[in-house]
Amino acid sequence: MNGSLQQDLNQETFTLNLGPQHPATHGVLRVKLVMDGEYIVEAEPVLGYIHRMHEKMGENRTWVKFLPNCGRMDYLSALSYNHGYVAAVERAAGIEVPERAEYLRVITVELNRISSHLLWFGAFVLDLGGFTPLLYAFDDREQILDLLESVTGSRLTYCYFRFGGVYNDIDDAFITGTREFIKRLRKRMPMYHALVTKNIILIKRLKDIGPISKDMARRYGATGPVARGSGINFDVRRHEPYSVYPEFDFDVPVYEEGDSMARYMVRMDEIEQSMRIVEQALDKLPEGDIQPKKAVKLVKPPKGDYYQAVEAARGSFGVRLVSDGTNTAYRLKLRSPTYSNLSLFGEASRGMLLPDALALMGSLDLVIPEIDR
Amino acid sequence: MPEPFRVILFIIFVMAFAGLNAAYLVWCERKGAGHIQRRIGPKEVGPFGLLQPLADGIKLMTKQLFIPKGADPILFMVAPLMVMVPAIMSFCVIPFSETFVAREINIGLLMIFAFASVNVLGLLLGGWGSGNKYAVIAAARCVSQNVAYEIPMLITTITMVMVTNTMNLNEIVRAQAGWFFHWHFFRLDISLLMPVAFLIFFICSLAETNRAPFDMAEAESELIAGAYTEYPGMGFGVFFMGEYANIVIGCALSVILFLGGWQSPIPFNPAGFIGVLWGLFWFLLKLYALIFTVIWIRWTYPRTQFYELLNLSWKVLIPFSLFNLILTALQIKIFPWL
Repeated sequence: MNGSLQQDLNQETFTLNLGPQHPATHGVLRVKLVMDGEYIVEAEPVLGYIHRMHEKMGENRTWVKFLPNCGRMDYLSALSYNHGYVAAVERAAGIEVPERAEYLRVITVELNRISSHLLWFGAFVLDLGGFTPLLYAFDDREQILDLLESVTGSRLTYCYFRFGGVYNDIDDAFITGTREFIKRLRKRMPMYHALVTKNIILIKRLKDIGPISKDMARRYGATGPVARGSGINFDVRRHEPYSVYPEFDFDVPVYEEGDSMARYMVRMDEIEQSMRIVEQALDKLPEGDIQPKKAVKLVKPPKGDYYQAVEAARGSFGVRLVSDGTNTAYRLKLRSPTYSNLSLFGEASRGMLLPDALALMGSLDLVIPEIDR
Repeated sequence: MPEPFRVILFIIFVMAFAGLNAAYLVWCERKGAGHIQRRIGPKEVGPFGLLQPLADGIKLMTKQLFIPKGADPILFMVAPLMVMVPAIMSFCVIPFSETFVAREINIGLLMIFAFASVNVLGLLLGGWGSGNKYAVIAAARCVSQNVAYEIPMLITTITMVMVTNTMNLNEIVRAQAGWFFHWHFFRLDISLLMPVAFLIFFICSLAETNRAPFDMAEAESELIAGAYTEYPGMGFGVFFMGEYANIVIGCALSVILFLGGWQSPIPFNPAGFIGVLWGLFWFLLKLYALIFTVIWIRWTYPRTQFYELLNLSWKVLIPFSLFNLILTALQIKIFPWL
């Protein structure tokens, strides 16, 4: 019997080290748990295992050179992060974006959001011990990755957006492929709901488990599906509109319950809403350029302090730029949604059983490189 | 056949049956999982990946048997055997066919349950001896789970013993001779709740063998690999073989108690050696159909939560099995001619 365990056995509680290598944390997150039997007395997430100093890099690289970094924060919905940064710099430097480019941005970002939610769906059910849905979700996600690859040239860490537009125009194959994919996913979603959402074991594991109150979500600055699952009707796309989102008709799914099931349902509904947005964008897609007539070569935002938020798959991603008028940022602050969403885990998981807490953690949809940046 | 030969023959048979089953059930499980999950499963080693278990075995055997620092070396090494050996012992009394049984013991049923309890002890000691907190949690879960599920299982078994008046497995099967509706599963005249009793028994055997959706002992997304976390190479391999052998035993018991054992669904029983094979065929068919169901369940359902599991046992299965016991007793007493 090893020493620390022996010592722990003489106490009421013991410390359990969850991670950084643990199947449930989906990455190198470490959570220090003080446990009383299987009940969690205290949970403290320990971050920083893959910190890469993206913010500091932003201060050393020119505005353009920082672009590829954006795709490497949240590797599951990289395009939203591209969008956030590009939109912030465009706001700062006053760059006009052609309408077609904005539509392309919306289409690709929403497709990326669907793929991210699909992967979350699979991984979340995997956390609950159901192995099979993961592979079905990957099957669907694969189609999105193929579509996005044909446009952006990469499958995961996209760097598709440019200041003032996008890098590549879409072709007819992409449009028909996307329409076919949406038709296919519309058929698959009822299957997922019938086989997974309505499964009695899944309902028992999620319903009323891991409640996050409206107040708690506000205090920790939770955004995205986590906040919307707690009854906070906030979606950057709707409430601080950017790009061409005001032109689309879509709902913001909000559930009042605040339990893991509510967060699950929000994401499942968001897949549907994103499909609606993509469909409308494809219908309305205007002709025209995808980059400004006069290409943006040298970006030098005037002196000032700028902020732009976008709705990423996990919540509101904000970019704060402080420019001193040179070709690098003076300060680049990236507000990543999962960082705030994770910080409420300590309070929310208090007194829960370990498996329930892991279900709660799964329902927060953590992507660790995005927390650590 | 002279007795010493018989014994040796059966020892070899039982060991081979347990070993081959463990190896090839893994293959079946992986292939089955593959088809359920729209992938192929093992296919590289040999035709249809049939040599995969062999390759896995070689891999596991050539690995170093590493005892982690802080582990109790004796418990750590003994625990896998305590899971594997009782399972193999139980095969001694399983009637594969009318005369095809290693030892026809009058208390065969009791013997299987006695050995099945040792299996829990093995997991507990393995988890405890590893000196790993996850393993200790898993071991604790495993014990309370098994305690909870052995009760309804034993109550159901007592019901069956009451019905058949014997603990001899062969006699229990003989009592179900004739058409398929003579199998206990269909004998509503003995107890109206017979199919429910079968369901209870089947669920309990899933829980007893730590299979999904009750695989608390190795909940991989929570406890990494549960009680097996620290086991390297063949230590893990033996645990694994024991687990599959236990699944076979559990399903074999379900078949014997409820689905007529080696009885064919029609009253046609050839004599002599052909008859033995005929019985063997039906026994294995039912056995593997049930094992397939076990695999199917694993790849379809998420894992239950631990308190749900105990709730199910204490609030649903135990009352139902007790009710079934009383109902059966009444039915036997009031309608003794049935």
